[in-house]
Amino acid sequence: MYDLSIITNWIHELLLSVMPGWLATTIECVAIGVALLLVYALLALFYIYFERKVCAAFQCRLGPNRVGPLGLLQSFADMFKMLIKEIITLKNVDRFLFALAPYLVIIASMLSFSVLPWGNGLQIIDFNIGIFFLIAVSSIGVLGILLAGWSSNNKFTLIGALRSGAQMVSYELSIGLSVLTMVAFAGTMSVTGIVEAQKDLWFIFSGHIPAIIAFVIYLVAGTAETNRGPFDLPEAESELTAGYHTEYSGMHFGFFYLAEYLNLFIVSGVAALLFFGGWMPLHIPGWDGFNEIMDYIPSVLWFVIKAIVISFVIIWFKWTFPRLRIDQLLNLEWKYLLPINLFNLVLMVLVIVYGLHF
Amino acid sequence: MVSLAIFGIQSSTLAVTAALTGVALVAAALWMAGLLSPRSFNPQKGEAYECGIPTRGESMAQFKVGYYLYAILFLMFDVETVFLFPWAVKVKALGTDGLTAIAVFFGILVLGLVYAWRKGALEWK
Repeated sequence: MYDLSIITNWIHELLLSVMPGWLATTIECVAIGVALLLVYALLALFYIYFERKVCAAFQCRLGPNRVGPLGLLQSFADMFKMLIKEIITLKNVDRFLFALAPYLVIIASMLSFSVLPWGNGLQIIDFNIGIFFLIAVSSIGVLGILLAGWSSNNKFTLIGALRSGAQMVSYELSIGLSVLTMVAFAGTMSVTGIVEAQKDLWFIFSGHIPAIIAFVIYLVAGTAETNRGPFDLPEAESELTAGYHTEYSGMHFGFFYLAEYLNLFIVSGVAALLFFGGWMPLHIPGWDGFNEIMDYIPSVLWFVIKAIVISFVIIWFKWTFPRLRIDQLLNLEWKYLLPINLFNLVLMVLVIVYGLHF
Repeated sequence: MVSLAIFGIQSSTLAVTAALTGVALVAAALWMAGLLSPRSFNPQKGEAYECGIPTRGESMAQFKVGYYLYAILFLMFDVETVFLFPWAVKVKALGTDGLTAIAVFFGILVLGLVYAWRKGALEWK
């Protein structure tokens, strides 16, 4: 495995040899910020293209194919179009909250984005309570959506925001409990610790039945958390025009759009971290030759490919299932997922305490 | 334990950096949009979009109380989950003794859910 911390340490030493420590730290922070910004924007553009192509394939269409080869430049064109559209400020909105909402949504997704395990030695934020921090910051996003809906002073946005609030808050429980189940199995909350614990075998294999149940629940709850797929009630276009972001125009709307796709990546990234070993290559105990070969594939590639495959499944949900009603949605969470999740936690704890796992 | 991440910088500094990056992204994109986008004024543009019909009454109004019920239930369960996290990290070390201790706590949590269910708080009316 290539340890990328060798490179970052070398850069750090090089900077320290020519300048004082505080200046080196500032330059490194700026570099991290720029890198985050670039990866964030590029991933969002990639996801917009990916979703449209996958959707087209499910509906026997071609999808975007005019702008650039295979339509690859389509999302760049979309982004540019969004930039040159007028930003309309309405008469009756609460101006401060209206302007604040996109900031909250973007900050929440940017913070959780930088907790993900990007590669061996490429962990950006690495608290010893990393996964807990991730749950905490990702729930700031719901505040942004509620503010957007409330401050727009429009009935559709209000209904959309309230639905979104009820839905995200409910499904956050399932996400929290699934994460809790895997934290109990890993015995640590640090992101690096969780990845290291999957050195020999990924959790989905070593945790067998409870881990698989937790994964399925996490996937369903994650889909609801990103307001996608069969759970897209907050922006149900046939009933609420565009839901909570009806009144946002131009680039203002673009931020919600960006954050939605990035949240899809973050949810898949966390699933990859908890169940499929983060950046850890596929290792099978006993197959040493196989493990050696797998180590040659770069860790960044492992993480990104795992996350994209899981996002593909979530996009698949979206184009397969019809939209739920609000009461069905809340019933699914509170009467099915939550009791199953609590039972699964007990099962997992029994498996751990009595050593029934691999 | 102070965990040091990339470049040996403290994680809290990096968290602030990430948050500031988010602010910078929004501010820069809005600034660019301000430079590139056209601007025109029309009194009709300032109206709320409700499918072309003029808006009636105040929109920041009262809404269905059912949403509050779910918010309260969420608070209860979320705080319980937060209390379970420290125990979850040490499940193996605490063993059977820890299991019996947490079973009482967990039992009360499940009883709360059963109570809410029986009272009909989970019905959407």
